[in-house]
Amino acid sequence: MKEILTLFFTFLKIGAFTFGGGYAMIPLIQHEMVEKKKWITNEEMMDIIAIAESTPGVLAVNSATFVGYKIRKFWGSFFATLGVILPSMIIITIIAIFFEDFLQYEYVIYAFRGIRACVAALIFHAALRIAKHFPKTAFSYILIAVALVASIILQIKTTYIIIFGLVIGIVSQMIILKIKEKKSTKEEKL
Amino acid sequence: MILLELFYVFFFIGLLTIGGGYAMIPMIKDEVVTRGWMTMEELLNFFAIAESTPGPFAVNTATMVGFSQAGIVGAIVATLSVVLPSFIIILIIAKYITNFLKYKQVKWALDGVKPIVVGLIVGVVLNLIANDVLGLTTVLDLFNKSLVIETIDYMSLIIMIAMFLLKMKFKKLSPIFMIIISAVLGIIIYGFIL
Repeated sequence: MKEILTLFFTFLKIGAFTFGGGYAMIPLIQHEMVEKKKWITNEEMMDIIAIAESTPGVLAVNSATFVGYKIRKFWGSFFATLGVILPSMIIITIIAIFFEDFLQYEYVIYAFRGIRACVAALIFHAALRIAKHFPKTAFSYILIAVALVASIILQIKTTYIIIFGLVIGIVSQMIILKIKEKKSTKEEKL
Repeated sequence: MILLELFYVFFFIGLLTIGGGYAMIPMIKDEVVTRGWMTMEELLNFFAIAESTPGPFAVNTATMVGFSQAGIVGAIVATLSVVLPSFIIILIIAKYITNFLKYKQVKWALDGVKPIVVGLIVGVVLNLIANDVLGLTTVLDLFNKSLVIETIDYMSLIIMIAMFLLKMKFKKLSPIFMIIISAVLGIIIYGFIL
């Protein structure tokens, strides 16, 4: 019980004080879980990050779920996850209540015209960041082009394009493996 | 019913958000704007708030969209729905698939989906430029509508490029700081100069 409460409040703190989410949270999680509480080892932490990166969802939530499970099974993961999302929910809801009125002021509208341009730049920068995490092959560049054409010209639903990406990633590698196998068996026969 | 719609929209977004919070932007845009829940402009305002408040970007965005559609209950439903898929998947991995990282299929799928996500995000940015700078609805309008030169917002494009270069030069620069600078620029440019 005490451990679950500590988990909840630790992740509440992590959710409340990290801006930018994801990677900004890693040092904090590491500090709390590895150094202070000694609940997990540094290697386990590395595994958790790798798994969180390879599964759907956001890093902060995925690592909260995983760490929680390691320490106190289902309820551990439940309260760790709840803790990490609760501050956002409360803060954002309060902002959302006042935001509409806030947007009535002339100068706020001007400010947000500037801000929207900045957000576009941040979004583009995020694309470059993701691009660091896959092999720079011709195939990858073709996939980028396919996604671009499919979304802005053909206007295909985004979810279908993403599912296509998951499937084509696996299928293309299987075909490459098959071809390699055939080649090696042919060489053996010769 | 709106709550049910919020649930499955955000459940699928959570299920297919691969590559971090920003990867959900193309999907959010697709679902939220085509459903008429909000305009691209409103959504961008939300992204700015999500980026300047603590907590994961994806969670913040879900809370805001949910709140705008169905108040506090909507905020709770959207937020829980967006985290539910990864919660279930991580639980399954933690309990049953201890050698998850050893499966090469996982890496294959990720190598396929990440370039796709990059293409989708670039598509969103192009649409944003068409929208905010050129005053068109989408990039497609370039082909079937003529541009009205007088309404082109060059300043918006200049802020975009300046902020991008700033971020490239100073990698550690906090997005909040950039948002504040561009808010000030917006007030000066649109309020006083133009």
